[in-house]
Amino acid sequence: MDYITLIQLFDSTVRLATPLLLACLAGLFSERAGIFDIGLDGKMLAAAFFSAAVASLTGNVWLGLLAGIAASMALSLLHGLASITFRGNQLISGVAINFLAAGLTVLIAQDWFQQGGRTPSLIGGARFSPITLPFADDVAQTPIIGPLYAELISGHSILVYLAFLAVPATWWLLYRTRFGLRLRAVGENPAAVDTAGVSVVGLRYAAVLICGVLCGVAGAYLSTALQAGFIKDMSAGRGYIALAALIFAKWRPWYALWATLLFGLFGALETRPDVIEALVNFKVQGQLLAALPYVMTVIILAGFVGKAIPPRAGGEPYVKER
Amino acid sequence: MTLMTKFLGAAAATALSAGAALAEPALIFDLGGKFDKSFNEAAFAGAQRWAEETGESFREIELQSEAQREQALRRFAEAGSNPIVMTGFAFGDALGQVAGDYPDTDFVIIDMVVDAPNVRSVVFNEHEGSYLVGMMAAMASESNTVGFIGGMDIPLIRKFACGYAQGVLAVNPDATVISNMTGSTPAAWNDPVKGSELTKAQISQGADVVYAAAGGTGVGVLQTAADEDILSIGVDSNQNHLHAGKVLTSMIKRVDNAVFDAMSDGPGMEKGFNVMGVGNEGVGVAIDEHNKALITAEMQAAVDEASTKIADGSLEVHDYMSDDSCPSLSF
Repeated sequence: MDYITLIQLFDSTVRLATPLLLACLAGLFSERAGIFDIGLDGKMLAAAFFSAAVASLTGNVWLGLLAGIAASMALSLLHGLASITFRGNQLISGVAINFLAAGLTVLIAQDWFQQGGRTPSLIGGARFSPITLPFADDVAQTPIIGPLYAELISGHSILVYLAFLAVPATWWLLYRTRFGLRLRAVGENPAAVDTAGVSVVGLRYAAVLICGVLCGVAGAYLSTALQAGFIKDMSAGRGYIALAALIFAKWRPWYALWATLLFGLFGALETRPDVIEALVNFKVQGQLLAALPYVMTVIILAGFVGKAIPPRAGGEPYVKER
Repeated sequence: MTLMTKFLGAAAATALSAGAALAEPALIFDLGGKFDKSFNEAAFAGAQRWAEETGESFREIELQSEAQREQALRRFAEAGSNPIVMTGFAFGDALGQVAGDYPDTDFVIIDMVVDAPNVRSVVFNEHEGSYLVGMMAAMASESNTVGFIGGMDIPLIRKFACGYAQGVLAVNPDATVISNMTGSTPAAWNDPVKGSELTKAQISQGADVVYAAAGGTGVGVLQTAADEDILSIGVDSNQNHLHAGKVLTSMIKRVDNAVFDAMSDGPGMEKGFNVMGVGNEGVGVAIDEHNKALITAEMQAAVDEASTKIADGSLEVHDYMSDDSCPSLSF
């Protein structure tokens, strides 16, 4: 395997890891505050549709992004309403959101565009285009560093850079601010937070709304940056892989980056069976690579490699003692 | 007693109205939906053409769930619709159970074989059409490397890939055919993101023409091919217009003709096994104003020659599904 192939593989890894990373961080905020969220996939799907639909109607991708985030936040609020205010079962609410998104997107798409549950193809300013970083063309010929900078680091859409910046931002917010401390506390021991006079309900709503924003960006990335339009069920289960990555990352922001990059690498390797064949000298079935993220998550959960301990109050609606 | 009379009267009225609607054909769309820009939409186009030409009307239903298959069939049959046309291999089991109960109704199933005296089974020789587009791909390629991207890894899709590879190698025995499947679950039909990544991976291996037989995933393939300035080949319906000048051609399956023929033949049609191939224009390549500039005279001549040979039987394209193996491509 030569150097350029390696760069191409990592380039593909970055593209595939970005939606996973955003969704994984989204889940991290929600679950750290004690709200399990298996509706990540549904929120991504809804955001993918609304961002593509609005971008296609207005011709402006930024308005599309806002619409996607708004749609995702609306579903987040629904999840919050069901599981925080009405203390319903968080898993059931999440599943309901997935179903709702899968059905609603196709229905609205058919009503708006009559193209069989699709949006029209996005062109020009209705799409996020790749950004060429400064000097990328000049250094492209330099050995080793040139291709690394010009191919791998430069040439992604702005949402990719945003996703990678979200990792230190999340770390800082969770571990270096008062809000972050309270947010983590509300997922471990909400009674203590309540005793301190801080609103548990308010913090949890803030967490699910942040989750909505990040899922919204992830969905918009799928339909307006990677693709040029919405197709039914286009999230293709990425929300679930992000959940697996979250467990794999043990609910920590930097680990989330490595976990999603690893899962992205599996996805990239799946598209290059020839590379694997050259490396290990026999044919590896693509299905094996597709299953690896789940296999590794099970291994982590079983406690073979360290221990993944979820936030202690996760999944429990908070009931104030009277 | 009066209640009973009312019920009987209502039943009689229903029976009469059913009699009045006798012989109105019905069309059942599969879960992909009527406007899928592909298979089901082609069926709808065929039915509409029939309705326009004859001035008659037909009944239709779009299925929303698996459970409705048998229900839809029985309701149309009881209402007196004849013939009843359904699209998609997934109807096989339901029709097998229902057909015997309505011996006077004619059924037409597309893409599947159901062995019953009142059923016409229409299947397509996708490998022949894929062979033709494979020839065109090989002639359009400058790097001598072409790609195939399938949806879910099922024998039907391998049939496409195998025909394609044979066509490529027939034109250029030294060409490389890269073949990838998107996945092994139904999600593989609707994963354009992965379709894009596979296309980019094939481009980095040198491919400059990519054939997508992958449903919604193919939309991502065609998009990326257009973005990266290589050629792509569409499938099922004519997809040339999606990216004019970037889609070399489309392998079209004339599902519309199959539906049109069935409705034109009407009740009492010829039953049994019906193969739509290159010979009877059941499959073929799409050439229109969007891709005319890409088609050279040489390509046209080669495709015409191969079509004639396939039609008269002097050229046989290997069908993957006949023995689950492919001489030109390994999976």
